[in-house]
Amino acid sequence: MTTPLSIRGVSHSYGSIVALDEVSLDVTSGTFTVLLGVNGAGKTTLFNLITRLFAAASGTIQICGHDLNQMPSAALAAMGVVFQSRALDPGLSVAQNIIYQGALHGLPRREALNRGEAALERMGLADRMGEKAARLSGGQQRRVEIARALLHRPRLILCDEATVGLDVKSRTGIVADLHRMTAEEGLGVLWTTHLIDEVAPDDPVHVLHQGKILAHGQAAEIAGDKTLSDAFLALTGAEA
Amino acid sequence: MTGWIICARGIIWREALRFLQQKERFFAALVRPLVWLFIFAAGFRAVLGLSITEPYETYILYETYVVPGLCAMIQLFNGMQSSLSMVYDRETGAMRTLLISPYPRWFLLTSKLAASVIVSLFQVYAFLLIAWLWGVEPPLAGFIAILPALVLSGLMLGAIGLFLSSAIKQLENFAGVMNFVIFPMFFASSALYPLWRLQEGSVLLHDIALFNPFTHSVELIRFALYLKVNWTSLAVVLLCGAAFLTAAIVAYNPSRGLIRRTRRG
Repeated sequence: MTTPLSIRGVSHSYGSIVALDEVSLDVTSGTFTVLLGVNGAGKTTLFNLITRLFAAASGTIQICGHDLNQMPSAALAAMGVVFQSRALDPGLSVAQNIIYQGALHGLPRREALNRGEAALERMGLADRMGEKAARLSGGQQRRVEIARALLHRPRLILCDEATVGLDVKSRTGIVADLHRMTAEEGLGVLWTTHLIDEVAPDDPVHVLHQGKILAHGQAAEIAGDKTLSDAFLALTGAEA
Repeated sequence: MTGWIICARGIIWREALRFLQQKERFFAALVRPLVWLFIFAAGFRAVLGLSITEPYETYILYETYVVPGLCAMIQLFNGMQSSLSMVYDRETGAMRTLLISPYPRWFLLTSKLAASVIVSLFQVYAFLLIAWLWGVEPPLAGFIAILPALVLSGLMLGAIGLFLSSAIKQLENFAGVMNFVIFPMFFASSALYPLWRLQEGSVLLHDIALFNPFTHSVELIRFALYLKVNWTSLAVVLLCGAAFLTAAIVAYNPSRGLIRRTRRG
């Protein structure tokens, strides 16, 4: 089975500011891979490149073996995305949001609704289909966005700081849900965050700082005999 | 049904739903031209005499003259409003949901444009119905003949808006664009006064209006409403529509794009 996400030597600059410098990383099936970095580390830039908002200056990005530049349709069809900013249409119902998302992936209305309902069921939100998205709490909206991202059955899920602005309970619940789905369904998840408490000890972690990957490995390995938080500060503090 | 059709239909359906939910938007879209028709045109009727000019075959009241221009105005506002919603969508993330669809970007943007044109058709026909009740009675067949003209004009005006939306960084900047795009396009055109009238006042203004694509939207609609074709306007609308749509697609292209590239996170 091909790797859900493979990034090799990706660099990107904004004018003279280097945002990403020779970044390489893999997200394998069944792993919840964390891209850890402070604000400004280059996480969102990398995220924008993987979602093809704009193209990388150099390097390659492959999604399930499809090169993002050469086969964008196949690559985009294999990924589900949860953006940092809210992407649900607040004036539309959850069901309408799901139908729209399904349509963007060529799914007929009934099929999208069935799949959406099943995904929401797993998130404990199946009874909210008819409700306006605006009436849901922040955490519930996020869950709907995750359910939406799963509609077309992608093998890679990208989440960009998906828990920002949520309370601790919602954050923990969402991270646990995604860990569970990763294990049960063999999805590859790339989770970008600056919140260290969202990382489990056996999660693969890449520490991104000032556009460079400073360390990668299992969270417990990176932490060594310190806490992950101390190890992260030691890594990034030394470079800052 | 292929995925392509489902995708295009989904984009149009979402736009229509949003439009139906924003009742004030529909109301505003109707009130604006009606104010011009009921108040401005009534006042101008006495001041502005209109000689017989194509496509009209007789002397006409100013209300009759101004209706096609107001139809185009509805489409102009709608096109700009649609691009405003794209800037808003980009700030919230809804735009990115659209752009990560596996279908090609040109197809997604064109579907979005088609959605905005369909919404504008509802607005124009509602306006024409009220204008009819007000006494502006073009030939009945004109209501059908005007449809292709409205589609082409809507596509061109929407494409201009789409292109602008790629260049505008934030919502706040949009108000300025409205002032610098909508008002000059509307006033320096044949929507309110015939070109020959403009020439009497200012040759420069006449020349500007002649090169204003909006003038050709208005004339295309005016001629179609009276069952005629203005070939020059048709050509200008087609060419400008294609040019702006191409420019918008290039602007939204990931490698050459003009999409905001801020550095965050």
